[in-house]
Amino acid sequence: MANSATYDAIVIGGGHNGLVNAAYLARAGLKTLVLEQRHVLGGATVSEEIYPGFKFSVFSYVVSLMRPEIIRELELVRHGLTILPLESTITPLPDGRYIYRGPDSAATFRNISQFSTRDAEAYREYSYAMYHMAKAVKYILSIRPPDPTSFDPRELLALLKLGKHFLSLGEENIYTLAKLMTMSSADFLEEWFETDPLIATLSASGIIGTFLGPRSPGSAYVLLHHYMGEIDGVFRAWGFARGGTGGVAEAIASSARALGAELRTEARVAHVITRNGRAVGVALENGDEIYAKRIISSLDPKLTFLKLVDQNELPSDLVNRVGKFDSYGSSGKVNLALDAMPELSCLPGYGEHMRGAISISPSVNYIERAYDEAKYGRFAKKPYVDIIFPSAIDPGMAPPGKHVMSCFVQYAPYQLAEGDWNSQREAFGDAVVDTLSEYMPNLKQLILHRQVLSPWDIEQTIGLSGGNIFQGELSLSQLFFLRPAPGYAQYRTPIANYYQCGSGTHPGGGITGAPGRLAAIEILKDAGKVLQ
Amino acid sequence: MPIPSPLYSRTAALCTTQEWRDWSGYFSAITYGPSYEVEYYAVRNAAGLMDASPLYKYEIRGADAERLLDRMVTRNVAKSRVGQVLYTPWCDEDGKVIDDGTLARLGPQHFRLTAADPSLRWLQDVGYGLDVELRDVSTELAALALQGPNSYAILQSLLPKAKLGGLRYYNLLQTEFNHTPLTITRTGYTGDLGYELWVAPEHAPALWDSIMETGAGYGILPLGLAALDILRVEAGLLLIEVDYSSTLHARIPDQQSSPYEIGLGWAVDLDKPDFIGKQALQAEHAAGTPRSLVGLEVNWYDLERLFGEANLPPQVAGRASRTAVPVYAGEEHVGQATSMVFSPILKKYIALATVRSEHAALGSQLEFEITVEYVRKRASATVTKMPFYNPAQKRALPNG
Repeated sequence: MANSATYDAIVIGGGHNGLVNAAYLARAGLKTLVLEQRHVLGGATVSEEIYPGFKFSVFSYVVSLMRPEIIRELELVRHGLTILPLESTITPLPDGRYIYRGPDSAATFRNISQFSTRDAEAYREYSYAMYHMAKAVKYILSIRPPDPTSFDPRELLALLKLGKHFLSLGEENIYTLAKLMTMSSADFLEEWFETDPLIATLSASGIIGTFLGPRSPGSAYVLLHHYMGEIDGVFRAWGFARGGTGGVAEAIASSARALGAELRTEARVAHVITRNGRAVGVALENGDEIYAKRIISSLDPKLTFLKLVDQNELPSDLVNRVGKFDSYGSSGKVNLALDAMPELSCLPGYGEHMRGAISISPSVNYIERAYDEAKYGRFAKKPYVDIIFPSAIDPGMAPPGKHVMSCFVQYAPYQLAEGDWNSQREAFGDAVVDTLSEYMPNLKQLILHRQVLSPWDIEQTIGLSGGNIFQGELSLSQLFFLRPAPGYAQYRTPIANYYQCGSGTHPGGGITGAPGRLAAIEILKDAGKVLQ
Repeated sequence: MPIPSPLYSRTAALCTTQEWRDWSGYFSAITYGPSYEVEYYAVRNAAGLMDASPLYKYEIRGADAERLLDRMVTRNVAKSRVGQVLYTPWCDEDGKVIDDGTLARLGPQHFRLTAADPSLRWLQDVGYGLDVELRDVSTELAALALQGPNSYAILQSLLPKAKLGGLRYYNLLQTEFNHTPLTITRTGYTGDLGYELWVAPEHAPALWDSIMETGAGYGILPLGLAALDILRVEAGLLLIEVDYSSTLHARIPDQQSSPYEIGLGWAVDLDKPDFIGKQALQAEHAAGTPRSLVGLEVNWYDLERLFGEANLPPQVAGRASRTAVPVYAGEEHVGQATSMVFSPILKKYIALATVRSEHAALGSQLEFEITVEYVRKRASATVTKMPFYNPAQKRALPNG
């Protein structure tokens, strides 16, 4: 038994990309095993009842761009997936005013007009422009990155197709795209708008999960990432998953099981077993060894290359690059169980705005200052916060009349200049609640339970190196054929039969399932099969 | 011009869009807020409350009530229990459908029938000479449809004494609200867990308020017709004058439909004693039905390809479309899709269609006409099992 492969494939890590990958492999007939270290599947895509009766989407909290083809191909709806609409954002301001953007375009227009009619008009055009940009980039998200240095005709053909795609965009769009790739989100938005809190709120999409400020070059690209769902319009790949983000993982897991994959929890992999430069199995921390024809890591690049395998098996330049792969987290999470819905002082009452996002982003400088603190190893005392009330969208998340509040907070650096996160965690939580209380004066008295997570806590709980929610910064130097490292962006590794399929590969983070699916296509290709 | 229904004071206060449709002469909200999708998801995930008062309602009482109804409808009324509700079509002598509705057995000699169209005259004609009392109670009863997975929890906490936990799909119970009779039927037009509540109009607004208040913690939203139309297509439920025509309104024979043609063959009991249309239906049953109602799932990759040729992402009906489009098998025209919509929950483009029966088998490959930038094209479509969406809670007993 010791040497014979029991499985066709072992996927290390039961996060959503690992599960997507496993489901596709099983669907193609491969005997597939998923090994998850925790007691629960999902990785960062997990819902847990942290306080009795209250379900938290502990880490990731919205479904960004779950690929509709994955939803259809894996029949995720039949397995319980429902993505609920999340379609407004309100930005409360210290002076009691607010910016509201929602599904009613006329209401949005009137609201922005209170600040600037010019901006209200520009906002519509901006949406069209971003639509075109997102369409341009969507193609890239759906393909395996070609190798620009290879003379392999297949690679050249892929590059040619890519080039043709870009030329088809037209001159104007190509210029805009070039700007998006290089500018800061604030600079890019200032070409469109003059209302500071509007620019700030829009620019926040450019910094989420990254160690960049709204004035950092490169942040404009991340803006685009968030517009991708727009293309799908009514197809709504963007929203809130019923049951929290764990609902996504559960649906994929259920689909994977139905397709024949075996999913094992509390099975922590110590390392990948290799023989003559080929991956042949995994050794678990409990000493068990399991053999398989191919091993796929859905973990982040640092774990995939520097922990799971012996560095001697890898070319030194890869070891070097992965060692420097930027994956320090910049964001924290505060999850609250509340006795009732708090009141926003700028717009009291439990209206439809409470079913959307609330953005604490009163000015560009406000966010940039929060970033300044993080640059020097301190958490922001006045942070940018992206709030949703999952229980307002899905009442099943909390007992009737009670609520859960999810606060995504930036910035919280992984490495603190003074002290450690064990000693700073609650002070960070206090800073967040104090900030929110300026806009929701009755918040503090409603808190039944508070969970505070720093990037360090994220790393400790689910293993993400540096606590980076995207398994590595979404900066231009770490995207497409550079993700996670040049020459290894096609889901393969220098070790034969050892693959990668996590968010650390193209097209990156967010609950998209895209890396898991694209990796499956390559793995199946090597196995002489086609993803149907 | 439509007039207010008994619940208009409540629906008008909530209908911020002022989007109304005329439903049998009453104002009926199309969407309450800017997004019908929020209402749709409320029903699929929490609960929605709808004013269904415009339905036509009739009470049939007396020694011959059962006899009259068994003569009129295609299902077997004699076999129904008190407390049971039957969904049934009724036909003319040629076996062509006049209307469809629900028939609630309130007592051994007491029934309540709902209909889409005015039906008193037909009831009177069928009951000529029988010992029955017929009453049009359309304006004497308001109807509230509470639909969605949380509908049980809401209703049970509002009416703790009502034994809702044991109330099965297509059954009813009688209870009281504010010391006035309230009939609750476990029925609806959404294909989900749900109840319809029948109460005197003067008590309807208070019942609406209580449900909305109790439902607040359960995510309840008012439900308009735009969302309802998506829900009923997903549930594979027909709409008269959209998916088929009443034989009374048909201008030519081709516009008439038998129950077999509209997927209601299961509701025809050929074994029961004589009923209107039986002979014709027996003959059709023996000879085979020329047309069949089917569910179609339009091939998404085809849509992406066809729209992609115009450099567009697929554009499909977000709100259900009631503009019929032709359906083909190869070059041959074989029928038409009558209701189609992008299912938000399934992420599929689905349609109800009537096609020639030889193309009605599950898995049959057909072509569905779509228009891409004003140019007619065809996308492949597969005959799919209905309901498209069929959650377990629709029929299951809720935890009680």
